[in-house]
Amino acid sequence: MHRLFFYLKRLSQKRYCQPKRFLLATALATLAACSPSRTNVERGSQNQELYIGIGAEPAALDPHITTGLTEYSVMLALFEGLTTLDPQTMAVRPGVAKYWEVSGDGLTYTFHLDSQARWSNGDPVTAQDFLFSIERILSPALGAPYAYMLYPLRGAEAFNKGETTDFSSVGLHAPDPTTLICQLSAPTPYFLGLLAHNTWWPVHPPTIRQHGGMTERISKWTKPGNFVGNGPYTIESWRLNNGITVSRNPHYREVAQAALNRIHFLPIDMQTEERAFRAGYLHITSSVPVHRVDWYRENLPEQLHIDTALGTYYYMLNTTRGPLADKRVRKALAYAIDREQITEHILRAGQKPAYHFTPPNAGGYNAEARLPHDPSLARSLLAEAGFPDGAGFPAFELLYNTSESHRTIAEAIQQMWKTQLGINVTLHNQEWKAYLSTRQAGDFDILRAAWYGDYDDPNTFLDLGTTDNGNNHSAWSHPEYDRLIQSAAQADSAEKRQQYFQEAETILLEEMPYIPIYFYVTSRLIHPSVQGWYPSLLDNHPYQAIHLKAVH
Amino acid sequence: MHRLLIRRLLQAIPTLWLIATATFFLLRVAPGGPFDEEKPLSTEIKEQIEAHYGLDQPLYRQYFSYLGNLLQGDLGPSYKYPGWDVQEILLQAFPVSFELGCWALLVALVIGIPAGILAAALHHRHAETGIMMAATAGICLPSFVVGPLLILTFSLLLGWFNPLGWTYPADRLLPAITLGLLYAAYIARLARSGLLEVLTEDYIRTAHAKGLSQRKVLLGHALRSALDPVVAYLGPAAAGLVSGSFVVETIFFIPGMGPFFVNGALNRDYPVVMGTVLFYAVLILLFNLIADILQMWMQPRTRHDEA
Repeated sequence: MHRLFFYLKRLSQKRYCQPKRFLLATALATLAACSPSRTNVERGSQNQELYIGIGAEPAALDPHITTGLTEYSVMLALFEGLTTLDPQTMAVRPGVAKYWEVSGDGLTYTFHLDSQARWSNGDPVTAQDFLFSIERILSPALGAPYAYMLYPLRGAEAFNKGETTDFSSVGLHAPDPTTLICQLSAPTPYFLGLLAHNTWWPVHPPTIRQHGGMTERISKWTKPGNFVGNGPYTIESWRLNNGITVSRNPHYREVAQAALNRIHFLPIDMQTEERAFRAGYLHITSSVPVHRVDWYRENLPEQLHIDTALGTYYYMLNTTRGPLADKRVRKALAYAIDREQITEHILRAGQKPAYHFTPPNAGGYNAEARLPHDPSLARSLLAEAGFPDGAGFPAFELLYNTSESHRTIAEAIQQMWKTQLGINVTLHNQEWKAYLSTRQAGDFDILRAAWYGDYDDPNTFLDLGTTDNGNNHSAWSHPEYDRLIQSAAQADSAEKRQQYFQEAETILLEEMPYIPIYFYVTSRLIHPSVQGWYPSLLDNHPYQAIHLKAVH
Repeated sequence: MHRLLIRRLLQAIPTLWLIATATFFLLRVAPGGPFDEEKPLSTEIKEQIEAHYGLDQPLYRQYFSYLGNLLQGDLGPSYKYPGWDVQEILLQAFPVSFELGCWALLVALVIGIPAGILAAALHHRHAETGIMMAATAGICLPSFVVGPLLILTFSLLLGWFNPLGWTYPADRLLPAITLGLLYAAYIARLARSGLLEVLTEDYIRTAHAKGLSQRKVLLGHALRSALDPVVAYLGPAAAGLVSGSFVVETIFFIPGMGPFFVNGALNRDYPVVMGTVLFYAVLILLFNLIADILQMWMQPRTRHDEA
């Protein structure tokens, strides 16, 4: 036994280990030599290849069935609508439509298509393709979740809801291959901007037909090899959880304008992304972890980009639940929240405290109504409602979807309500899908919610308060409010429309079914070699505008 | 041997059926469905989509049609990623996870077994305590700590390796260490206790008495039996290793199976969850069988028992 141990001990002695160590070091060095000496960023900047983090795997690349911003950011390279948005000013610019005329009543739009517009297989993009595409997204059988973006078209809603199966009842005509006429049911001031949204983008009819037909959801038409699009880029490769690479579409109508040769979209997790950026693996990240924001602000402020986004973080109140049915209570809860405390000390990335519901500058609209941060007013409102110093206030619950940041905010607000109003709220979190199901069932007291604008207009926010809006789970219904939103949709002048929205927002804050908390920002890390990336409220960054310059 | 194979195969069928059934119904009990989104769909649209996937059928019909398709080898389409079949996803992701798992297993064995032998040899000494403390630390340190630490050191600080990705041969090293370390620690503990037990047995003394060299006694006699618990552990461990780790694959951005397990469940992507769970079950059954065969080969005693 002794000799065995002696033998093993000799094995462990340094003399024997030295050559092994040497071997290990050599192996490590050899392995390390197998990885490339240049980073993605260095190589990419030279070859005009952009590496961009998108945070998550896109659910799909079919513009008619996707709803998310991640999907949008990839599809923006692959498709082009009738109009596009200017990367700097977000003003409407020509896209597939070279120019257009609007009738005096604002109800008829005639688009003249660019005869140079081509699909990535060389086919011309025609008005008939748009007809096919719009019929496709409106067809009930496709089940397009965002079909309502086309509802300004006359007859679109009825066709989408299956009230008629005759597509010719929709206000859309193509008298010749380069002319498309749209008839609206009401003047829609943001209509041209809407056309830049993915729901209005065309798809290539022969490709769609070849892979299952017009209304087939489970289709493989967006796979590399099958894909045909009309954007500046086309899909080169796509592997789930590994990335999508797009390369130039040689038939794109303004092919000379696109400087980038390739774009690599990488679905890297947020925490990993920041390390990837530091190692030169990415030009642009999809976000910045909160705990790293201060470091970048201090050390690399020129690479930290924080831009206002068109999004509101708010709490939705169930107005059928006990004291929450009383608007004085709802206002008391809203007034007792110290929003600056939350944006300055918890979020810390430049978010703005929200004293009204619609984010500033949505389609040039800035709400005049304000809710105060006034704990003493909150206390007196609560006392008026029969709960002086919170006495007798029943137990209630605040529900949020599981996330570190939602929890921290909820805890801060829980504390504010306790100290300022003397009422106790219990916090409750649910995993995302469970949260959605509870929310849709209306089975909550107070619920964390958020909304990102679909288009640059106050309507995309204020519409949330209408009685029949699919996202209004507060059970709050106000006929006057509904009437104002309806009037805004039919207003014949921009001033009147703004006025209706101002009045609606005032009612929303007076009634307080939603407690606005803060306005979102998008934060990204961007390598200095990236040129032509501008702050954008809608996070709309056309890739034609971007090029890479060598940086040392 | 044949009897073992046939018996295992016959056991596998009801096992897989039970797992498929339990997973199928548990998934449906979970609140929320695959098509619940933040911006909720109108009832008509949701019905259209559900009809597309046959979710409008009564549950028992869905269950039988799933089993029917399964028998034909059809795992169905992903709900979250339309256009991708579950088979396609598994075929793309599994080879990656498998490769990573094999490297990690190698790391685990190369570190774990020598560490275990050394600890046993240095029984009752400080060095043993040291090795075992390191092993315990290895078990306790989660991969989301080890992974970023390795990246910070070897990639961001020293610049030797890529911080993430799965493109170059060298990209295998850091994730394999991260994933393998935990298993190495377990293996070290098992190898140590196995060896300590075996070294007290009579046949080792006999071997010594026969005049065999130390090396022969140790490698030829003691180690073989001592590794018995290690091999038994390797079956399920290998199945776990090659079926992908959510944490390691996320940290290193590796396109393996790990994320599909977790995200599939979070997205309520029923076919993806069913597919990955069943695939994992098959792997476990398979690796347990391989471990049993290995054990029989290494341990004559088990071989006799089986016969």
